[in-house]
Formats: sequence, structure tokens, C-alpha cells
Amino acid sequence: MTKQLGIGPGGGMKARARAANTAIYIALAVLAAIWITPIAYLAISSFRAEKGAFLDGYVMPKGYTLGNYVRLFTDTAQFDYPRWFTNTLIVAVFSCIISTAFVLMVAYALSRLRFRMRRPIMNIALVMGMFPGFMAIIAIYHLIKIIGLDKSLVALVLVYSAGAGLGYYIMKGFFDTIPRALDEAAIIDGASRFRIFWQITIPMSRPIITYTALTAFMAPWVDFILASVIMKDNYQNYTVALGLFRMLERENIYSWYTVFCAGAVVAAIPIAILFVIMQKNYVEGVTGGAVKG
Amino acid sequence: MQDRKKTGAAGFFRPIGALFSAAGEAFAHGDWKTRLSFLVMGFGCLARRRFVKGLLYLASEILFILYIALFGSRYLKDLGTLGTVTRSQVWDGEEQIYWYVQGDNSMLILLYSVLSIFFIAIFAAAYFANIRSAYEAQAEDAAGRPAPGMRDAAASLLDRKLHTTLLALPTLGVFAFTLLPVIFMILMAFTNFDRAHQPPGNLFTWVGLQNFLDIFWMNPGKSKTFYHLLGWTVIWAVFATFVNYLLGMVLALMINKKGIRFKAFWRTIFVLSIAVPAFVTLLLMRQILQDQGAANVILQQLGLVSQPVHFLTDGFLAKISVILVNYWIGIPYSMLITTGILMNIPADIYESARIDGAGPLKQFTAITLPYMLFITTPYLITQFIANINNFNAIYFLTSGGPLSLDYYQAGETDLLVTWLYKLTVSFQDYNLASTIGILLFVVCSVVSLVTFNITMGGRKEETFA
Repeated sequence: MTKQLGIGPGGGMKARARAANTAIYIALAVLAAIWITPIAYLAISSFRAEKGAFLDGYVMPKGYTLGNYVRLFTDTAQFDYPRWFTNTLIVAVFSCIISTAFVLMVAYALSRLRFRMRRPIMNIALVMGMFPGFMAIIAIYHLIKIIGLDKSLVALVLVYSAGAGLGYYIMKGFFDTIPRALDEAAIIDGASRFRIFWQITIPMSRPIITYTALTAFMAPWVDFILASVIMKDNYQNYTVALGLFRMLERENIYSWYTVFCAGAVVAAIPIAILFVIMQKNYVEGVTGGAVKG
Repeated sequence: MQDRKKTGAAGFFRPIGALFSAAGEAFAHGDWKTRLSFLVMGFGCLARRRFVKGLLYLASEILFILYIALFGSRYLKDLGTLGTVTRSQVWDGEEQIYWYVQGDNSMLILLYSVLSIFFIAIFAAAYFANIRSAYEAQAEDAAGRPAPGMRDAAASLLDRKLHTTLLALPTLGVFAFTLLPVIFMILMAFTNFDRAHQPPGNLFTWVGLQNFLDIFWMNPGKSKTFYHLLGWTVIWAVFATFVNYLLGMVLALMINKKGIRFKAFWRTIFVLSIAVPAFVTLLLMRQILQDQGAANVILQQLGLVSQPVHFLTDGFLAKISVILVNYWIGIPYSMLITTGILMNIPADIYESARIDGAGPLKQFTAITLPYMLFITTPYLITQFIANINNFNAIYFLTSGGPLSLDYYQAGETDLLVTWLYKLTVSFQDYNLASTIGILLFVVCSVVSLVTFNITMGGRKEETFA
């Protein structure tokens, strides 16, 4: 009796669970297809032999070629992709270093040090963080023009990194979780606060520093607005995002669309690798460490 | 976030009041050397053999006076009018040519005035620091302590005064590239700096609240556009944030479900799509969704439609398209964020719920959702704000189009933020753009402060039960 009772509902549940899992597998497969198809199509288009933004009534290309990649790196008279790539890389490296240093400094000061202006500074930062980022772009442009740096890569580095200190929240949240007892013990041993910062806090914060650095490094690759206002028509100093956008303008799109796809693939590869590397740090960063449980 | 307890104006102004009372005390109890520091900065320090400090103070006073006298005052005096003399042509009879006579430039007057006010503020800070140093030096001398040497002063910058060292450069950066431009733009909202008033050919001037009145009701074209775009911005932000979040959570739950295999594989597929920069995927989607694009070709080949569907060129369809494409971009993010947290929900809560007879749906609404909302409220707020300001999703996909004649320089899918960008970059209506910027700021801060107080008010962290 008991056996039968046990088997009956148990077997039914198993069958139902299997049905549910099958439904989920089907759903996941459909969703995966939806998410993968556009990216795959981008990659396919980058090898397409036929020119033009649209194919005349069919979807898959009729011929394949490596020519788009060759053209991307050699046909540099109008669109100098190798140069844009180098520009973006230079800007990304410098703004990554400066931003990370600024965020570290501000977060440490506001998390571990106690001084008179701490509260007011945090309040001002909170309010300023709520202005739409590029609202002030025209003023920034004129400021940069006054110091004679307009349309230059230095200006771009400054724009990306000068205000970085405002984004200190995530790093501060991390520092707040490091036990204060460590600092106190070091102070008793006669260490200066700078030494604590340099030799205790920084080595302990590697994941969050990686996250901050990679986010800062990725910003110049994906930003369009700031770069477009600062560079205006100076094609030589364009970044990848700006340049690729230009390729799709009405007068260029027919002959450059497939090259755009190739350029997008080339630009996406480093970003994709970095993103996969920092995936875990990213989640912890965004949720402010709540994941740690 | 526990630091937000005692905030508000009081928290900001108290330290400033303290500066004045400290200065008053120094004047009351100081000797003549300290009191002379009120006039000649650094005197108290110099007279008491703190030469480096004293010279720095003295130099800052001299530099400041020179700056104001030779440069700042020229612009500051015109701040009230923003300039009166337009650039003009004068006929030179002897040379037989026109000369351009340089007039005022409202924009430079405004910019340099803001800069000068900044210098005045910095000078004021130095001034009060000078008084404090003089008074401290007096106290040290009275107590018979020796003046601290340069070495000690430098060492204290790495220890007791480390915050000054650490904050100096980042603060300078924020001042120059965030605060100063923002103040400049706020002031612009109270001028008539539009395309008809471009200096140096045409000057602009203060118009008070005119731009705000225009946008609220006085200028029908602008206010209609504003209210429409505001409504669409809010609808967009709600769909892009909350629906996105829910769908992402459902996806995460499906992948996390017990018995589903290849979890890492599924997750990687979705993560791959966010690893590609958003502007690339958005530009690609724009091509796919065009009237002759791949989506329409497929639909026509399958015989589902006979005419191309106007995904991006019909006002209503375009709105739906941008929301759906944004899901394509956003759901993997939400999935990634929620996955880790979902796995942290204690399994025994579900166990006891199951014993009490709660079905999957009941478990989701009674356990999963409240738990997730508790943990991710700050994330949701920042996402909501980010979506109100989501420039890329709209600009790359539709550029705000399809254009509408009912709107002032805007299209059907324009958010306030893309309208702001167009007004600034393409149409040079800086005053209107600044006004929108200020209103956006108000919306964002109200949303985040209200939700923050409702959800976090009086609640300690990490106490979900």
C-alpha cells in the first residue's frame, strides 16, 4: 500500500518534471537562436562578396571573400581604420590608467579616512551624478578649445577620465567591507596611512580594481557622443565607433557596408574577450557585492 | 549608503559656517601678526618663520589679484548684460576695405565669468586656510613648540592629511570637466542662446525663466514636443527597465532550474551578445529592420506579408521595434545580474514553501520576486535613470525618427535626451537644450530620491528574512 502510494505521485511528478524540462529546452533553444542569429549574420556579412547594404530579395550571400577585411586595413584614403583602432587603443589605455587611479584615490579617501569635508563631498558627488552625462558637452568643448586641445586625442582622454572620481561608489562599497582591524593593526605597527593604502588595501582589492580598469578601458570603444562632439570633422583622430558610424552614412553605405561589418567584427573581438574575462567581476560590481551572500 | 542619514542642506552648509566662526575666533584672540594675515595672506606664517607656507599664501593672493585685475574683471563686469557691443564692419575710406571691429562675445563672457567665480571660491578657501594657519602658528609659538619642518609637512601629506593628497587631482578634474561645464549649462537655460543669437555676430542675453515658461505652456510647438517626449521617455524607461528585468530573471530561472544541463553553454550564448559593443549590434539591427532589410525579405519569402513592414519608419511600429531590440540587448544583462543572486536564495525557504503546497508561480511571487527586489533595488534605480538617459539605443537605431511635423526638431521615437543632443549639435538651440537638461536632472533626482526613501527608508542592510 505505502509503496504504491509512494510510487504513484512520485512517478507522475517525474514525468511532469521531464515535460517541463523539455519545454524549457525548447524555449532556450529558440531564444538562443534569436540571440545568436544577428551576431552570426554580422560575421557572415563581413565575408560577403556582394556590395551594398541590402541584398536584392535574398538573405544569405551568394559569394564569399576576405576582401572586406583586406580593404578595411589597406583602403585607408577615406576611412583609415588601422589608425582609428590605434587611436582608440591609445585613448583607452591612458584613460583607463587615469580613471582607475582617480577612482581608487577617491574611494579610499571617502571610505577609510575621516576628515571634515567628507560628508559634503559625498553629497555634492551624489547630486552631480544625476545630471545627464553629456548635457555639459558644449561647455566642455569650448573649455577644451580655450586650452587649445580641441579635436585632439589628449582632449578625449581628459573628457573620459577627468570626472572619473565621481564614479567611486562601487569601489568604496568594496573598501567598506575590508575589516578596519587590519588598518588599526598596521597603524600600531607605525605604518603611515599611505602605506596602508598602498600595501594592504590595494593588494586586497584586485577583483574590484580589475572591474574598474576594464570598464574604463572599454568606454572609449563604445562611446559615440563625446567623441563626435570633440572630434567634429577631424577624421584622422576618430575612434572606431565614430568611424564605423560614418561608414553607414547615406553617401558611403553602398560601397562600405560589408567593410563596416568587417570593422565591427574586428572591434568586437577584443571587447568580447575582455567582457568574458571580467564577467564575474562585472556582476559583483553592479550588485555592489550583494552576490557574496 | 549608510552615510546618507544626515544629509541635506544642513550637512553642506555647516562646514562653511564653521569656517566663518573659526575666522572670527582667530580675529578675536589673535595678536597683530595673526590679524594682519586677514589683509596680507601668509603674513602670520612668514612672521613666525613658516616660510614655505607663508610664501605660498602670499603668492596665491598676488596671483588672484592680478588675475581679477587684468583678466577676470573684464568679463565679470559684463556678466549682468552678457555684452552690448556687437561685432561690426567699419568702412575704411583710405584703404578701401571693411575692418571688422571686435565686439563682445556673450559666450566667452559667460564662460570666463563662471571660471572667475570658481577662482574666487578657491581663493576664499585659501584665504580661510591662511587665517587658520596663522592662528595655529601663533598657538604653537605660545606653547613653545618649534615650527614643523618641511619634512614633517611632507610626511603628514602621506599620513594625517592623506585625504588632501588623494582628493586633490580627482577634485580638480571634476571641477574642470564636470562641475564647471554643468554650471555653465545651467546658466545657459536662463539666456536666449539659440540659433538666432550666435555670438560674435549676434549677442545673447539673460531672459529669466522664459525658456521654462516656453517649454511648459507658452510656446505651443515646444511644449507639445516636450510633453510628448516626456511621456514616451517614461514609457520607454519603464519597459526598458522593469519588463526587461523580469524577462531576464525568467531566463535566468530557466537556465538555473534543476535538471537543465549545459548551464554554462546557455549562459555563454547570451553573454556573447552583450560582449559585442552595443553600437555595433544597434547599427546592425537598424539595417536588418529597414524596409528592404533582411527581416522584411524573410517575412516576404515566407509569404507572411506582401508589403514590407515599416519597422522603423512607422511612428507606432518604430516605438515597439526600439523596445523589442532593446530587450535583445538588455535581457542578457539582467540574466547575468540576477543569476548569481538567484542562486543565493536559501533553498530551505523553497523547501518549506513546497511542503506548504505552494506551486511554482506562488513560489515566484511570494519568495523569488520579493527577495530579488530587496537585493536589487539600487540596481533597478540606476537602471531606470540610465534608461531615461539611454542615448545609444534610440540614436543608433532610429536616430529619433520617423520625423514628425508636429514636433519641434524631434521625431516619434526621440527621448528627451536625444532631443537635447539634436538641439545642441545640429540646431544650436543651446538654451532649450539646457532647459531640458535641467528638467531631466529634476526628473532623475526625484525618481531616485523618492524610490530610495520608500524602499530603503528606515531599513538596515542585509536583513531580508
